[in-house]
Amino acid sequence: MRNLFALLAGGLFGAGLMISGMTDTAKVQGWLDVFGDWDPTLAFVMGGAILPMALAWALTRRRAAPALGGAFPPPPEPKLGHNLVLGSVLFGMGWGLAGLCPGPAIAALSYGGPGLYIFVAAMLLGMGAAPRLRSRLDRALQAE
Amino acid sequence: METDWIMGLLGGLLIGLGGAVFLLVNGRIMGASGLIGGLVDGSGKSNALERLSFLLGVATLPVLLWPLIGPIDTHITPNLAVLAAAGLLVGVGTRLANGCTSGHGVCGISRLSLRGIVATAFYIGAGGLTVVLFRHLLGVI
Repeated sequence: MRNLFALLAGGLFGAGLMISGMTDTAKVQGWLDVFGDWDPTLAFVMGGAILPMALAWALTRRRAAPALGGAFPPPPEPKLGHNLVLGSVLFGMGWGLAGLCPGPAIAALSYGGPGLYIFVAAMLLGMGAAPRLRSRLDRALQAE
Repeated sequence: METDWIMGLLGGLLIGLGGAVFLLVNGRIMGASGLIGGLVDGSGKSNALERLSFLLGVATLPVLLWPLIGPIDTHITPNLAVLAAAGLLVGVGTRLANGCTSGHGVCGISRLSLRGIVATAFYIGAGGLTVVLFRHLLGVI
């Protein structure tokens, strides 16, 4: 049952990414490109996505547990930390370079062509290397 | 142009609906990088099937919708070096930061998480500067 609803949630996510135009890298880079021919679409997508999500968070406060049991996620961690900032900067650079982030990269797998496979393979490699880099960074910054 | 905004809003609502289902039914935060990354580094072994089911949905719904909405031009750059570098940066960065556009952006901002808001400010800032640098100054992308 959990897997069925995960498939449904993923399907809605993938359909939304496709319909919204977020698998078109030109629209993503067009939104980031404030000095070029600026494309506001991404702001509409973000706004449209945050609305039902905010309602869902509000509902979690009225319910004891998720419909299929278990527990709701804990409240957000208040600590920021160097990994959050450095990681977000690196991610933003990659996002700007290719106009792709993890969700749309998966949604476009069936029509993105060989270039997308290169991106996804490199992304998986980076994800595999991240834990080691994280512990190195933590040690280096603690030593100071 | 207006059609793009309406499709953006409509698609955005579907994205948020997916996140709402995942949260209210499964009790999980819909973050693409975390769901994928947990499978790559083994930290998500205990619920690997749930993660795979989600990702299967993400990849297959566009196949079903293709006859209605396609064709879509992704405008992915033919520059393989750029794609490889971008992929590495996105992979390392999202896992260091523990989230991407869906986890920090959609799911974080919607519950006013400080981490989500700060992460989003930094990746949008870095993304904007990167496009300016590589498009307008260097002419690479």
